[in-house]
Amino acid sequence: MIAVIDYGVGNLFSIQSSFEKIGAEVVITSDKKIIENADRIMLPGVGAYADAAAKLRASGLGEIVKTEMKKGKPIMGICLGMQLLFEKSYEYGEHEGLGILKGEVIPMKGYIDKGLKVPHIGWNGLRIERENRLLKGCKEGEYVYFVHSYFATNCTDSRIASVEYGKGLTAAVEKDNVFGCQFHPEKSGEVGLRILQNFCNIR
Amino acid sequence: MITKRIIPCLNVRNEKVLPAGTGEGAFHAQSPIELALKYVEQGADELLFYDLSTSAEDRKAFMKMMQMVTRSVFIPLTVGGGITKLSDFERILACGGDKVSVKAGAVKYPHLVEEAAKKYGDQCVVLTTDVKMVKGAYHVFVHGQDTGLDAIEFIRRSVGNGAGEVVVNSLNTCGGKGGFDLPLMRKICEEVTVPVIASGGAGTQEDFARLFQSIPKIDAALASTAFHFEDVKIDELKNYLHAKGLNVRHKL
Repeated sequence: MIAVIDYGVGNLFSIQSSFEKIGAEVVITSDKKIIENADRIMLPGVGAYADAAAKLRASGLGEIVKTEMKKGKPIMGICLGMQLLFEKSYEYGEHEGLGILKGEVIPMKGYIDKGLKVPHIGWNGLRIERENRLLKGCKEGEYVYFVHSYFATNCTDSRIASVEYGKGLTAAVEKDNVFGCQFHPEKSGEVGLRILQNFCNIR
Repeated sequence: MITKRIIPCLNVRNEKVLPAGTGEGAFHAQSPIELALKYVEQGADELLFYDLSTSAEDRKAFMKMMQMVTRSVFIPLTVGGGITKLSDFERILACGGDKVSVKAGAVKYPHLVEEAAKKYGDQCVVLTTDVKMVKGAYHVFVHGQDTGLDAIEFIRRSVGNGAGEVVVNSLNTCGGKGGFDLPLMRKICEEVTVPVIASGGAGTQEDFARLFQSIPKIDAALASTAFHFEDVKIDELKNYLHAKGLNVRHKL
């Protein structure tokens, strides 16, 4: 069973629907016992980093996720949920993340070419940078759907794929039992469903 | 690099798809869900649903239908129609919509875009504006009526207030099947830095190619009737655009 962590940011109906589509048992929860009993954990997230990080801290859910991660349970973050796995973010100030992965989150503005629009919205191709489990079966250049204005950097030990948007931006990460996508697999058609299936297959 | 998006638009009333424009005329034979599934299969990059309900009951049925859509298609969904307050955003997001399109509401309630962008993020707020040339100036139209508002200024201000994307529907070309309104789209692309989605006038594959080739900054093209009645098939369109050297999401 997959526990999708509900900490009050964004709507989780799409994520729930996508797991149901691939036949996975999924529960949207903020209950410590259910999270502890789950086989794997999904950390979703849309919106502002500071707000989400504060909610994870205040609810104690951040600590629970960390504890479960240390036990070896597969954890996956999506979009802001992935960014929260890192040490910190420079989204409107400097904010501490969960520190599960090494690296930090910085704005695209000032990093990518001035002519490019921010947020980076739309379907873009994945560049797979090293062998991994999360993107198994995905071809080079496979299209996935992105919506973001910030991206993870200094994360060479976990980065498995990038996306070309002026520069190569971190698109997916994997380190032991911790996984993350900057894009939205639940909105990336067949390719996205395959990635979610890969996460469900991690033992 | 990022691809140009192709977005079919479904105007829905009583769980049936209506023709573009006024919303009057014959219903489409296929249900919204059947059409949505077909478009996804053909490679649509995103779907835009417009709720043209005329009663609270219809609206309930529409929301239920959107939940079904969310359960069956896994690409981005934008939903609009009757969005006038923050609780409408809540309602749309709860049934799986990723973005909310604000049209008449953005004109009638000048703070709506700003408040929604603050609460749900810029990426969630899509401004959709009907624009028509009146005596040499672009005006905002609402329900077919001239508001007298300068469209360029209105769109620029709304983006400044937090609209994360703009659908520009040209009433000059809408329903004409003579191609997109290139001068208007070019003008808007010069004015704003968020993604611009061109709407109104698509009749053939060539219209899409002309749009993307002549205005490199345009992000997406939207059409309803041209797709509903298969004047243009999305899979063939994608192959055509790809062959023309345009960057689109196509089967690898």
